[in-house]
Amino acid sequence: MSNTTSTLEEIISQEYQHGFETSVEADALPRGLSEDTVRVISAKKNEPEFLLEWRLAAYRRWLEMTPPEWASVHYPPIDYQDIIYYSAPKSQKDGPKSLDEVDPELLKTYEKLGIPLHERAILAGVAVDAVFDSVSVATTFKDKLAEKGIIFCSFSEAVQHHPELVRQYLGSVVPVQDNFYAALNSAVFSDGSFVYIPPGVRCPMELSTYFRINAKNTGQFERTLIIADRDAYVSYLEGCTAPMRDENQLHAAVVELVALENAQIKYSTVQNWYPGDNEGRGGIYNFVTKRGDCRGAHSKISWTQVETGSAITWKYPSVILRGDHSVGEFYSVALTNHRQQADTGTKMIHMGKNTRSTVVSKGISAGHGHQAYRGLVRIARAASGARNYTQCDSLLLGDKCAAHTFPYIEVKNASAKVEHEASTSRIGEDQLFFCRQRGLSAEDAVSMIVNGFCKEVFKELPMEFAVEAQKLLGVSLEGSVG
Amino acid sequence: MLIIKDLHASVGDKPILNGINLEIKAGEIHAIMGPNGSGKSTLSNVLAGRENATVTSGSVLYQGKDLLALAVEERARQGVFLAFQYPVEIPGVGNVYLLKAALNAQRKHRGLPELDALDFLALVKDKMKLMEMNESMLYRSVNEGFSGGEKKRNEILQMAVLEPKLAILDETDSGLDIDALKIVANGVNSLRAEDRAMILVTHYQRLLDYIKPDFVHVLVGGKIVRSGVPELAHELEKQGYAWVCDEGMGVAEVQPKS
Repeated sequence: MSNTTSTLEEIISQEYQHGFETSVEADALPRGLSEDTVRVISAKKNEPEFLLEWRLAAYRRWLEMTPPEWASVHYPPIDYQDIIYYSAPKSQKDGPKSLDEVDPELLKTYEKLGIPLHERAILAGVAVDAVFDSVSVATTFKDKLAEKGIIFCSFSEAVQHHPELVRQYLGSVVPVQDNFYAALNSAVFSDGSFVYIPPGVRCPMELSTYFRINAKNTGQFERTLIIADRDAYVSYLEGCTAPMRDENQLHAAVVELVALENAQIKYSTVQNWYPGDNEGRGGIYNFVTKRGDCRGAHSKISWTQVETGSAITWKYPSVILRGDHSVGEFYSVALTNHRQQADTGTKMIHMGKNTRSTVVSKGISAGHGHQAYRGLVRIARAASGARNYTQCDSLLLGDKCAAHTFPYIEVKNASAKVEHEASTSRIGEDQLFFCRQRGLSAEDAVSMIVNGFCKEVFKELPMEFAVEAQKLLGVSLEGSVG
Repeated sequence: MLIIKDLHASVGDKPILNGINLEIKAGEIHAIMGPNGSGKSTLSNVLAGRENATVTSGSVLYQGKDLLALAVEERARQGVFLAFQYPVEIPGVGNVYLLKAALNAQRKHRGLPELDALDFLALVKDKMKLMEMNESMLYRSVNEGFSGGEKKRNEILQMAVLEPKLAILDETDSGLDIDALKIVANGVNSLRAEDRAMILVTHYQRLLDYIKPDFVHVLVGGKIVRSGVPELAHELEKQGYAWVCDEGMGVAEVQPKS
């Protein structure tokens, strides 16, 4: 057993591989947050009056709010005056017209992350809206998408070119006062992605954003808004990595999804932000509000996430099932290793009739990792015929980690069917021994077992993401046969 | 192929093996019989390298090398195979995937090219016929939801695919009905080869009706108290293990102190 344990420890103590810093001159505001900061950000982005007012209202609400303390995570208080709220790479100022104009340093950064924009975008048919710190640097395939009337651009561009859409939908899923971090984001958000799929259009490719936090002490406040109009379909991929840092960095993003009648949105995330070192120094604080609104009947929103990074994760991608017969799904793999903490899960709010939701959560804890699944299933009085199925599985590696499950179920309609299943297991010494006896190294054996554990979630990911997710968990590709 | 000399091993503080001596040549099948708690499974585990048993003294030479110095997977790659008494389940991992990964890990170690998906499938389907297994079992998770008989057949299928030099079958007959036993025995018999040795660990003579061993050893109290030709097994079946114990084989002094 001792041998098994030490091999496990070796595997789970591997260093973060994306720790490098790109030296690009940055155009940044001084540290600190005030009404003036909000005004400067808005002015730098040349925003219309309504947006400035919206930001200021959010800022004022934020001042009255306190950070949530109910989550099962522990960290020292954050000094919000010690954060830089706006940072844009300087070479970016005039905005690149094409990939050729993009700073080669930035492109190299993406390459180290394994996403060479040119090849990857073209070969994989992925349109990439790459977010480098606070400003989108390159958007590919925009023209091709425009032919179909699809809008896929940075949030800032959307504000300039489609202010009516922004005005109509911004904050309509996550209102400014929703929670402390959402209010903060609403006040100071710098950029993000904007997607609009017109009625009846099926987006012909996966849309993708790579986030990367680069400059020191830069808070990252992404704002993403995706709207699928009637009978539209879109699949959106979000990938995140950050270089190694000693200071903790705050990431408080907001993602809003709106699905109108009969529309479908599939949102997939692979997140491997810097988790901090073995002792728990450094790492990203990932306090994110993600919510989808199935506004129309027969609409569907699916969240699939693979979370392997961040020092602390506080994240509950949720679906409001407003339209009758709408469907919400949440598939999650979360890995906590070293001193990582995660309090994550989902909320399924059933309001329409015959709404259905599925939750499959796979938590893996290793090292001193600490993980909680927190989920809410609420069936409103009007939601007759609603159904939910929830499955929460935890896998423990080693004996110093922890896993908790906090399911909340509120049912106000007697016709509802709600199922909850949960399990906790450990990678068995007998499973490891069996695999090694067949000739596999302990490392491959662990990968294989973990991969098997996550299979139900991985199969929900788009192909290229599934591969990346498996790599992230240090596993070799399964499925080349059968 | 295998020379075990004065092997002592403990599980926790408890001595289980108390001086095993055994020599096995290529092409031979040795049956090891014994009552519950005599150390049969511990011997299998020690040979395969399971860490729950600690070798306290003695030596094991395998193909001239110190077997005990090798890690579990090293032993496997050099041809040591253990068919498990209780095959483990691995949810979500396809049977075919495990087999392919295992075979290719072993091939790589031997400097052979890895088999691609098509060649591998052809190979494994051929071997499955031998075990009278349904192809659908390839795509199910390893042993998950398998019946007792299916699990044991699956073990022998792995053996057929991996083609070991030394196969240890730990109570492969336990939990099998007579039809399954025949299929398993057929599979094992077809794997008899000049360059392959096998150790059959079993309680019962029943298995030996179908797989004819060259030698039978009786393990009691962590020691081989008697070795002989296959007829010894029949004698045991008739008389019970008390017979060898009563014959003054010095069993009393090697009983584990508990």
